[in-house]
Amino acid sequence: MSQWVIHGIRTGIKTTAYPRTTESAAGVTPGLPRGGTFGSGAAALVERCLTHALVHTDGHVSVDSRYCVHCYRCVRGVRQPLNWDTTYEWAGAAPQSANELGQPFERSIHIIVVDAGDCGACLNEVKQLNNPYYNMHRLGFFITPTPRHADVLLVVGPVTDQMRFALKKVYDAMPTPKRVVAVGACALSGGVFAKSFVCANGVAEVLPVDVEVPGNPPPPLAILHGLLVAVGRKPPETLAPAAYGPGTAGR
Amino acid sequence: MNPTKLKEQVERCWAGHAQCTVDTGTATTEIECLWGVLADVCRRIVEEWDFSFAGLIVEEDVIEWQLRYAFYGEGDAGWVHVLVRAPLAENFFPSLVEWIHAVDWHEREAEDLFGLHFQGHPRLGDFVLHDDAWQEGVEPMRRGFDAEAAMRNRLPDADWRPTRIVQEPGAFVMPIGPKFSGVTESVHFLLETVGEDVIRSSTRLFYKWRAIEKLAEGKPVEEVLLLAERFAATTAFAHGLAFCQAVESISGAEVPARARALRVFLAELERLRQHAGAIQEICESTALVVATSQAGLLEEDLLRVSGELTGHRYLFGLLAPGGLLCDLPTDACRAALIHSQDVLRKLMELERRLSISSSFLDRIEEVGVISAETAKAYSLVGPVARASGLARDLRRAQPYSGYQVFNFDVPTEQEGDGYARLRVLFAEARQSVRIMQQVAVALQEGSVCRPVHFRPGAALGSVEAPRGGTFHWVRLNEGGQITRYRVITPSFANWHSFHLAAEKFAFQDFPIILSTFDLSVAENDR
Repeated sequence: MSQWVIHGIRTGIKTTAYPRTTESAAGVTPGLPRGGTFGSGAAALVERCLTHALVHTDGHVSVDSRYCVHCYRCVRGVRQPLNWDTTYEWAGAAPQSANELGQPFERSIHIIVVDAGDCGACLNEVKQLNNPYYNMHRLGFFITPTPRHADVLLVVGPVTDQMRFALKKVYDAMPTPKRVVAVGACALSGGVFAKSFVCANGVAEVLPVDVEVPGNPPPPLAILHGLLVAVGRKPPETLAPAAYGPGTAGR
Repeated sequence: MNPTKLKEQVERCWAGHAQCTVDTGTATTEIECLWGVLADVCRRIVEEWDFSFAGLIVEEDVIEWQLRYAFYGEGDAGWVHVLVRAPLAENFFPSLVEWIHAVDWHEREAEDLFGLHFQGHPRLGDFVLHDDAWQEGVEPMRRGFDAEAAMRNRLPDADWRPTRIVQEPGAFVMPIGPKFSGVTESVHFLLETVGEDVIRSSTRLFYKWRAIEKLAEGKPVEEVLLLAERFAATTAFAHGLAFCQAVESISGAEVPARARALRVFLAELERLRQHAGAIQEICESTALVVATSQAGLLEEDLLRVSGELTGHRYLFGLLAPGGLLCDLPTDACRAALIHSQDVLRKLMELERRLSISSSFLDRIEEVGVISAETAKAYSLVGPVARASGLARDLRRAQPYSGYQVFNFDVPTEQEGDGYARLRVLFAEARQSVRIMQQVAVALQEGSVCRPVHFRPGAALGSVEAPRGGTFHWVRLNEGGQITRYRVITPSFANWHSFHLAAEKFAFQDFPIILSTFDLSVAENDR
């Protein structure tokens, strides 16, 4: 067995320096579209978005990243592409959340992950957090299989009807205080599965959500950012522009 | 067996009861037959003419039911569709499960979603729609059912209990899931036992059923492509490709050579990444920590290669009917190839180390055995089938997207145990890089997309996804909208046999057997 120990040591340290510094390796994030001014081309751009993540007012396009499913239709095959930003610090505080972020979760926390109809990508990205590149343990984040030990409930998927009961049971079994982190476009808005007889349009219809991590799927660093936001170690981002007041979008 | 011979045989055996039409464009022979001879036709196609069962496609036409049993053969044999019709008022049909065991779950699904009753089927009900959550009589795939109407707040029945088979003194049921372990997909296992060994295991799926086949109805092609890519995103490219190929086949569209080559390149990159992920899961299930970390590094490396090359780590937003949505620079493809070769070298190193780790081999050898007979009876696909000696690979049997010009082997093993499945994964990773290399050398400049003018019709798109053959049946109307979308996934076929592999082994073998199957719940639940 010593061969494994030696092989492991020889591999060296692969872990990212995030959140101390930013991660600059290629391919760690798919990026998200960002709004801009497009004049007369704005309406055509908004029309290409099939999940209604874009709105335009007076030639200015705004993006609600909670609805973006990375179809790239606003940047590929168009004459005037939308701006694309390749950061990964995307997580925001849920507007309807009554809880404060941070206290009492500033130290080590245990996380329970529930798959409520996920396509496998978000879950795979959560799984990557345990591999040496991201190594979430160094930040005091641990995954637990039991709700009794959990501080944070991390939900992926739009919440299918047949998972709704199990999800509620997990939430109820968790001791208070507790926080809910919704990960991925499906968990925030239903994504491509929205408006269906068999799915909710995101976790917020079933549980009170505290932190929202957009992306389809969000890369591991974005999920890590979401957890850091939940424990108050990073400030939350704004996910929806002001143009998205209640009732403004044609959804 | 080629289509001409097949036609002769059909006309000789069932004159007056079955009619044969051959479509040379798609290499498909359609046998339309009467109910009385259906079982006989299907049995002979599988047993005597050596076709494999792909799936059952139920369609509700304006006035009639159309049940289409799809089979595929090797090379010239092409595809066989056995079509039977019945008036809509009819909903009792004979079950084929006695002759073709693989049709079992297809019939159960049709019973739940369309309300068709297959007489002679030993176990219908509680499949897609769980008995404790859905009232009887809901038939969501019927035309009249509104996919957007909310049907919420059905609370599960607290008194519902699963059927117990083992009645020995001291026997009990160990329920696992739907939420279990660390980061896992939602699925429920019922393991019946009298102590150490699992005597009977059954899998309850469809907790994650998102009804994409229903959601697709009435939507334009571009919107359904989003669903096709995103219902099982660890193998997004393969499913998106199968859908695009179906649409292209209906519309008679030609895909430019460069787009075809790039599609092959990306499909193999996805296979390599998915296999690295599967290998990581296997190492994790045996608690081999360093190997888990090593495989995890390689999976993330490949996700980054995909992200750098295409913008998206899971290859979303690349496919379009008629080619690709955007071109990829040839240099970037060659750079991705060099990264992939480097990853492969490390994978081979990992394989060597695993093959001399006795504690690892003790746990994975001779567990979860699937015999060649079982693999054939359940019509298994992918690495699971190939580890049991069934050399089934759509890239070889029915090549698409130009696979016929590339040299590659279809690795098979005979033992059918966990270790055989692991060896197949490693061997296939080697073949994937071999194909990528040939694509990168031969890549020619040119356009990557030719606009497609949608025509009404129906076609089956098939792709060898990383987990095995996937079949997408698409029907388009005059307006270019989908009227029927049926997705038959490799995990749907392989989950069907999983309970057999888990039985007669100890509890602690269960997670190992599960990981060697590399099953996706999302792919099955759709």
